[in-house]
Amino acid sequence: MDIEVLIENVLNALTAGITIGCIYGLMCIGLGLIFGIMKVVNFAQGELLMLGMFASLYLVTGGGVLAFLGPYIGPFVGAMLAGPIIFIVGAFLHKFLIGRVSGLRTAGSIDDGHFGQLIVTLGISLILQNGGMIVFGSTPVTVRTPLSSSAFQVGPIFGDATIFLNKAKLIACAVAIVTAIALYFLLEFTRIGKALRAAADNPTAATYMGIDVDKYYRMAFGLGSGITAIAGGLMATYLSFGSFIGFDYVIIMYSGVVLGGIGSIMGAFWGGLTVGFVQQFSALILPPQLQNAAIFIVFLAIVMLRPQGLFGRSAERA
Amino acid sequence: MRKGTAEKFRRDLTILLGLSIVYLGFAWFVTNSYYQLILTLVPIWAAFSVSWNILSGYAGQLSFGHASFFGIGGYTMTLALVWWDITPWLGIPLGMIVAGAAAVVIGVPTFRLRGHYFALSMLAYPLAILYFLQYFGLAEVTLPMHRENPAAYLEFTDPRYNTLVAVGLLAIAVFVCILIENSRFGLALLAIRQNELAAEAAGIDSKTWKMRALVVSGMIAAAAGGFYACVQLVVTPDSTFGMLVSAQPVVMTLFGGVASLWGPVIGAAFLVPLSKFLDAFASDITLWGMQFHGIQGVVYGGVVIAIILSAPDGVFWTVRDRFFKPKAAAPLPPMKPAPIVAASDVAPGAPLMVVDGLSKSFGGLRAVNNVGFTIAKGEILGIIGPNGAGKTTLFNLLNGVLPADEGTATLAGQTMLGKKVHEVCRMGVGRTFQVVRSFPRLPLIDNVIVGAYGAGLTDQEAEDEAVRALHRVGLADQASLAAGQLTNKQLRLMELARALAGRPRVLLLDETLAGLGREECDDVLDVLNRLRDEGMTIGIIEHTMHAMLRIADRFVVLNYGAVLAEGPPREVVENRTVIEAYLGKKWLAKHA
Repeated sequence: MDIEVLIENVLNALTAGITIGCIYGLMCIGLGLIFGIMKVVNFAQGELLMLGMFASLYLVTGGGVLAFLGPYIGPFVGAMLAGPIIFIVGAFLHKFLIGRVSGLRTAGSIDDGHFGQLIVTLGISLILQNGGMIVFGSTPVTVRTPLSSSAFQVGPIFGDATIFLNKAKLIACAVAIVTAIALYFLLEFTRIGKALRAAADNPTAATYMGIDVDKYYRMAFGLGSGITAIAGGLMATYLSFGSFIGFDYVIIMYSGVVLGGIGSIMGAFWGGLTVGFVQQFSALILPPQLQNAAIFIVFLAIVMLRPQGLFGRSAERA
Repeated sequence: MRKGTAEKFRRDLTILLGLSIVYLGFAWFVTNSYYQLILTLVPIWAAFSVSWNILSGYAGQLSFGHASFFGIGGYTMTLALVWWDITPWLGIPLGMIVAGAAAVVIGVPTFRLRGHYFALSMLAYPLAILYFLQYFGLAEVTLPMHRENPAAYLEFTDPRYNTLVAVGLLAIAVFVCILIENSRFGLALLAIRQNELAAEAAGIDSKTWKMRALVVSGMIAAAAGGFYACVQLVVTPDSTFGMLVSAQPVVMTLFGGVASLWGPVIGAAFLVPLSKFLDAFASDITLWGMQFHGIQGVVYGGVVIAIILSAPDGVFWTVRDRFFKPKAAAPLPPMKPAPIVAASDVAPGAPLMVVDGLSKSFGGLRAVNNVGFTIAKGEILGIIGPNGAGKTTLFNLLNGVLPADEGTATLAGQTMLGKKVHEVCRMGVGRTFQVVRSFPRLPLIDNVIVGAYGAGLTDQEAEDEAVRALHRVGLADQASLAAGQLTNKQLRLMELARALAGRPRVLLLDETLAGLGREECDDVLDVLNRLRDEGMTIGIIEHTMHAMLRIADRFVVLNYGAVLAEGPPREVVENRTVIEAYLGKKWLAKHA
């Protein structure tokens, strides 16, 4: 291969890896919150992503309330607003379904209620996928913005090698980073964050300290849902989606969360970034069918080398 | 076969036989081919779920990727038929062999992971395989027809024969499960699920048992997958390795009742027809002239959620707990005389366990620093010291929970270090834990038998040894209670009995008296005194001086990870440095 073409491809894979990876990172943080704080394996997380996409779609297109913002700003404001909307959806899901098989109610039972949670979240996932098809229809849609078909050009850097930065992805990436940082400050420096972390570390002890653990679990579930939904809204600007899209991404989310280390919420961001990188770089050298296989192989390799994930801790006292 | 399970074995076998006959009798009169297909698919998915239940139910190793084995079974059978014209009658067993080998290949690295990491990593295997199959152009393989001799190729013209084969397959799977449940295999898996470290400390080689569970489970799953492909006449990566395939046994087993023999069967018998009927009739539903594609998924998901919320443990356990009272257990048989064990290699009073120069650091903290002491045969050595002195870490080094940095430790001349937890146990080191590690759902007697099996005893010996251990600690009357129902003192004694059942040469007891009231404390001390009189060698960690003074023959005092003093109890408690370590300099100055 021509050296200039090679360099161009590598540089573009690198930038695409960073932009897509940051959006994946945000998506993974949502699951990481739920997984890390509540220890619930939520198989419906992909559907929360899907709901985020559709929430954004209905906000900004057609007769949506944000349609006046136009196709440049609208999609990104829509993505941000999908967060609070899906936060409420998540809080309701927790109140009526997930809260009944998790939290203090099941703490200390032999499997910590994991089996019940599995079934309930799989059931929710099925209902949302198929219900989504009934409500939203089965034709793939996208949140149209002219930005997704134009790019900033950087270079030529080396000979003719030029970096193309897709504008939609670049803005989405920026929004994702800002959201992730805001969440970091929320968790580290506010009372809510402290209570959430305490409830995650030891729910029983947190209860004795006067923390309403179930309330904070509901908040964690809502936050996790909302964060993933924002990522969904951002992704909606550059890909076409239907009600079954969550299926493809729930696996990416779990890969990211496990890579980052279960329990490490910000680790999930780096895990997601890793997955984005692997995906973009494998596109350079592998045929399309094997790109997805590459994610799982890299995933297995990292987990085997670092069984507690990149940022996880493991400790048990005998 | 474990003793005392013969009745349960016979009962389950009778139910299996009865159910199979009734089911086949019913299926014989079903002429509608769609209904007959449902009747064929129920036992296939049930067999797949039974296989998942062995690994994830009994052994508690939750797997989200069991489709690996299902798919390997399906593809091996299909490709053997397409490429080499091998009949499925041989292709399915071939697939089972391949799946068994794959189980080893997958298990060796993946069992290093625990909990969620294990569960989610298992999901990566079938998905990776799925994409490779697409890459190699095997995205859809149709089974060739053999009209000249359909039976020889498992391609019956009468679909009732498919149901017959499927029921036979399920019967074999359930029979394997019955064998596992009633043997030490099953008990080892249950123990691992409930407390892996305790199982290892009781001598159970958890890695090997988990691997066996995975191999057996993978082979059954492959058989189900192989026959599924025969019935469908076509395999695709998604229909055999897909995420939905992996989800099937999880949903069915959890729905029916995890870690129960019949749970997976109940789940499949309810959910497979439900989803098939919904698939068939959902397209007929029209409202205001609209059709609702996807309504079947909504209903299916709703039903599954509704039932699991009303029966969180699954249908089987909920029904059993509500409608069947547990039968009163037979009283424990009297204690048999102790067998004549080959004379121990050490004479009473001679050093049995010798520890020298043992050290362990965690980062910059030297938790155990150059510790050396001996335990003589037949004595009780009290290991005391303030909080954080390194007592528990010392025990963890000795029984293999943690690797030591430096030093030696020998039991009757054999080294104890560098061995796995269960291997140290088999050398004759019994261990109890600071926080009791029981198997809460198993009856007391089974908790104790685990220790006997761990020591490698035969079924009969294990039973006798467990009964004897319970008599020795005074828990004979509680033998049939689940460990979760015991009091703290009884749990402490149970751990002691479990250690004793393994015929240990030395017992390492970690704060056996912790959290006990004065009278309870006395009871446990009486048991320990009696054990010493029988010639047992004991090392015991304890905080409370007054209790230790009553039983220990000798003291070793640890402080900041190092040996501070050693000697007869009276001498040690009057030692100024020991008083200082325990009570501080100020106290010493005031009372000196």
